[in-house]
Amino acid sequence: MEEPQAWVPGDPRSRPSRDQVVAGLKGVDEGGVELVQLLTPEGERVHHEHFDRYTADVTLDDLKSLYRDLVLVRRADREGNSLQRHGELGIWVPLLGQEAAQVGSGRALRPSDMCFPSYREHGVAWTRGVDPTELLGIFRGTDHGSWDFAARRFHPYTIVIGNQCLNAAGYAMGQRFESKVGDRETGEATICYFGDGATSQGDVHEGFVWAAAYDAPLVFFCQNNQWAISVPLERQTRVPLYQRARGYGFPGVRVDGNDVLACLAVTRWALDECRTGNGPVLIEAFTYRMDSHTTSDDATRYRLADEVELWKLKDPIERVRVHLARRHGVEQEFFEAVDAEANELGERLRAFCRAMPQPGPERMFSEVYADASPQVDAQRAEYLAYHASFAGEEEQA
Amino acid sequence: MSTTTMAKALNDGLRAAMERDPKVLIMGEDVGRLGGVFRITDGLQKDFGEQRVLDTPLSESGIIGAAIGLAVRGFRPVCEIQFDGFVFPGFDQIVSQLAKLRYRTQGAVPVPVVVRIPFGGGIGAVEHHSESPESLFAHVAGLKVVACATPADAHWMIQQAIACDDPVIFFEPKRRYWEKGTVDPDLGAAPPLHSARVVRPGSTLTIATYGPMVKTCLEAATAAAEDGQDLEVIDLRTLSPLDLGPVAESVRRTGRLVVVSEAPSESSITSEVAARIQQECFFSLEAPVLRVTGFDTPYPPSRLEDDYLPDLDRVLDAVDRSLAW
Repeated sequence: MEEPQAWVPGDPRSRPSRDQVVAGLKGVDEGGVELVQLLTPEGERVHHEHFDRYTADVTLDDLKSLYRDLVLVRRADREGNSLQRHGELGIWVPLLGQEAAQVGSGRALRPSDMCFPSYREHGVAWTRGVDPTELLGIFRGTDHGSWDFAARRFHPYTIVIGNQCLNAAGYAMGQRFESKVGDRETGEATICYFGDGATSQGDVHEGFVWAAAYDAPLVFFCQNNQWAISVPLERQTRVPLYQRARGYGFPGVRVDGNDVLACLAVTRWALDECRTGNGPVLIEAFTYRMDSHTTSDDATRYRLADEVELWKLKDPIERVRVHLARRHGVEQEFFEAVDAEANELGERLRAFCRAMPQPGPERMFSEVYADASPQVDAQRAEYLAYHASFAGEEEQA
Repeated sequence: MSTTTMAKALNDGLRAAMERDPKVLIMGEDVGRLGGVFRITDGLQKDFGEQRVLDTPLSESGIIGAAIGLAVRGFRPVCEIQFDGFVFPGFDQIVSQLAKLRYRTQGAVPVPVVVRIPFGGGIGAVEHHSESPESLFAHVAGLKVVACATPADAHWMIQQAIACDDPVIFFEPKRRYWEKGTVDPDLGAAPPLHSARVVRPGSTLTIATYGPMVKTCLEAATAAAEDGQDLEVIDLRTLSPLDLGPVAESVRRTGRLVVVSEAPSESSITSEVAARIQQECFFSLEAPVLRVTGFDTPYPPSRLEDDYLPDLDRVLDAVDRSLAW
């Protein structure tokens, strides 16, 4: 290993070594001293001077409900992965390992809050009441999302990296313009999800600038899962991501993204800040993508098995299970019941997916415009007539 | 009926739209206190406040991206891009989100955003200030693209664009901002937003054009009339969807078409008009469809723009070539 060089921050004559950069970014294995954690990987409840109060009302039933969410979200995710492997889906975007970040933050939202997801937020979708079957069309290729966007206040998935940060900033500006900010009880807020890779995109930077310039009630929720497909975090940034918020003039917090309780607490705090007019806020959920970026990716080409093994020890579900069993004496029957429910969900997803109808060709031409378009209308009429000219041929064949 | 400049006609149109609908917002760089670099939004912030006329950060992707979010919230934002060549940092948001959200959500999430772009050359500006990128937007499904050419159209088309539930890319010919024309206060007298219009009837040859070239082509038609040629001039007005009906009807009578634009020629609005007219009017054509355009170069240094931009003589030259066929 090369000797660490003398590095003076801000001095252009010196540069940090790669190891220094990595050490600075990853801190320690647990995410650094400023990591907010309420539940250790061993299932021990630890106390935090500031954030404990945001889980003061969490009952044992709530904890069990969070555990159920984590398990069902993971089961839906694994089913999606399997369906892709069986050729039922064109692609799947796994969230394995990120369940706590998504369920914890999602459960902090109120129905009146708005949510702008990226494309991996199946767990957040779950907390917004979006049934996992409603996600399948995107990956099977029958639609681009079919949930009730307005009722769920869960925006369509955004696939271009970082675009949604500006869309969310605009929406949150609208909440402020409509005077929905200022009261802890009635105030509204918006949350926007993106990954560590997205932080290199201009739109994320601009989203930070806009949200700050207009005091928008917007929580930027960055799931730092350490990898942007094959490119590691140290290729995105020289400082821990949560520290970037300071440069934009709003607070940034790093939370243990594998700790559902901490994610719940920190997001509740951040949303409160926004509701009362102290937004925006950046949350960096320090977590890990346990599977590949998508089913088209092969993570074994670029990362070490040891790294994955290390993160398995910090599994977001296991620590809640241990905590429930050891600290609260929850019986095995509960866990078995949740597992049974998960299996039912898997079966339901599988059956639903296989029964999804092929969209008709008219779908291609619908809702391109609100007003008529002579060009599209003519193409629709021509193609549907052409398509209809084959009617009956299949039966003959 | 009043006589006014295109700049004032746009300003009045924006004001009328804002008075009609409290959800209409104006946003862009310098649109508030300064009134925009071309003063199109002059006085609007003073009368409607900083929350309806937003002086934004210098950030084109931000302007479009935030406008999309505001539209999702129920607002009707009108974005100003200062100059044509500056729209490209916002191009991603326009193409990836603005154009596709309605389709992606099967109509559940409409995005009624207008993006105003002063376009074209002829003002002696530096690089990036004189471009004609309209074909890039017309190629994108989900967007509607229009260009005004007169104060009357500017006044009514901006209001129609704001009322439209589709995203509209609204091109304004910046070198015509200070030219005057009459504006009929009756909306009923204005043609629909997505319709071409015969601005000079004629029988010898058809010229189809739009934006800043409408005036140039009308001047060419006046000059040609002195030689006994009766040219018909059609202002396309809408570039996507193209309203080719009046052009085809005209070509069936005249048998000849010259398409004029100052944008580069390759894969452009003029290409599209030429291709579709030869397809629809093949048996009526007495000559191939000819085009007069800018060149397939980047916009040149301004001392060369008189060579780059189609002028009366280049239009008449094409007319002569068509008639000689």
